[in-house]
Amino acid sequence: MFPYLPHEDAISAPFWAATRERKLVIQYCSTCDQHQWYPRAICISCATENLTWREASGKGTVDSWTTVYRAPAEGFVPPYVIARVLLSEKVIMLTRLVGIESPACDQVVELSWQELSDGRALPVFG
Amino acid sequence: MKTPVIVGAAECDLGVTNKSILELQAQGVTRALADAGLKISDVDGIATNAISRFSASSLADYLGIEPKFTDSTFAGGSSFEMYVARAYHAVASGQCNVVVISFASNQRSAKSRSLGGVVEHHTPEAQFETAYGPLFPLSYYAMAAQRYIHDVPNGRAALSEIAISAREWALLNPKAYRYGSASLTDSELESADLISSPLRASDCCLVTDGGGAIIITNSEIAKNLKSKPVSILGFGESTTNTSMTTHRDLRVTGAKQSGDLAFAMAGVSRSDIDVVELYDSFTITTLLSLEGLGFAGKGEGADFILDGKTRPGGSFPLNTNGGGLSYCHPGQYGILLLIEAVRQLRGECGDRQVANAKLAVAHGTGGILSTNATVILGAN
Ligand SMILES: [Zn+2]
Repeated sequence: MFPYLPHEDAISAPFWAATRERKLVIQYCSTCDQHQWYPRAICISCATENLTWREASGKGTVDSWTTVYRAPAEGFVPPYVIARVLLSEKVIMLTRLVGIESPACDQVVELSWQELSDGRALPVFG
Repeated sequence: MKTPVIVGAAECDLGVTNKSILELQAQGVTRALADAGLKISDVDGIATNAISRFSASSLADYLGIEPKFTDSTFAGGSSFEMYVARAYHAVASGQCNVVVISFASNQRSAKSRSLGGVVEHHTPEAQFETAYGPLFPLSYYAMAAQRYIHDVPNGRAALSEIAISAREWALLNPKAYRYGSASLTDSELESADLISSPLRASDCCLVTDGGGAIIITNSEIAKNLKSKPVSILGFGESTTNTSMTTHRDLRVTGAKQSGDLAFAMAGVSRSDIDVVELYDSFTITTLLSLEGLGFAGKGEGADFILDGKTRPGGSFPLNTNGGGLSYCHPGQYGILLLIEAVRQLRGECGDRQVANAKLAVAHGTGGILSTNATVILGAN
């Protein structure tokens, strides 16, 4: 189902470590009072390296979605639904929608998890 | 300051060629030079990509020349519109005198295209997006289309009209992959395979070999050449994202910035344009570019095109070679936008010629709507 195991690095390691406990954490800059996605070495508003991790509320809305009917690579099993979800933290994540019969833009969704084979997990929404 | 002009344009073989990339490159370059009345030894600038890691060096070596200017900006299909700007500056300043902008791909013969795209494990996209399994770049365009259809009443019909119109033009272009086929019917459009909803196979560009070249030199040299020079009146570009999550509004692309810059430089208005060549990697790409470039307001592109004005004989000739949807799509289509614009302005397009074409726009997009570049050309 999820054949691709993402690489991680020093910047993204805290995100992936948190997924082992099914916690979605997002970088936060206290100077700018804003979250950013994806994790980076600096805040993209003020360039500080002084970023912290905050646990996300897990609530969001569907910005847009698409049902994928062809496999992008070996091991993927379509059809499945890819989406851009706007979190209440005002960042957009790429994710999957699970257990939603007919998805719609602007629909309210909540965080759930899909396990990767190495014990990490991918945040998905439903 | 010298005045750069375009003096040559030609395609290499298109479709299914069973030729190598460099053989196709050599074809495109020599045909464009012959069109201009120049020789390989006259070339002192090269802009190209997608041959190898060192693409411009590869082509220079293959052609047996040692250029004073090279560029291998790799920004997907808009790279070639960007090269026009780079070459313009190089020729205007006198850094070099004859630049060849070229591209070739053998992706269909070589079966080198993958639906998942090229994954580079260290990038943020690979770390945070690849695992979910989007088609790349297709699923991003699909989400843009989904949002468009959700927000704009005639959105789905407008996407289909882009494909229908492109096919009508292709039926007039003997070099088009779909030349000799038939008009697209509603039932064909509705039954085409869904690839990444709402996009169906009929919303997606062809996968073919092909490419070509254009030649830019200064107006002094052009005076002694046989071809009719085409003026480079304006250009602009915009780079917005590589992640599928960075850009806030899927319906607003970098075409706004690139178009505004190009029109300001050219000093012409949208209504002055006679021929419009907009990258159609997917039907949604063209619709968003139409709006971004200001030919229609945001969300008004659908109604703008649904009266059929973009088809042959219409008041807004669009993608007059048949586009990436029905003519040729060799992976990076940007060079072919320029070649068609040049030919229309020189009046060489036969059955598909737009009468009295004096001003043309070529607008490229690359990646996942990541880059946009606009070029405005004028007849002499
Ligand atoms: Zn900050």
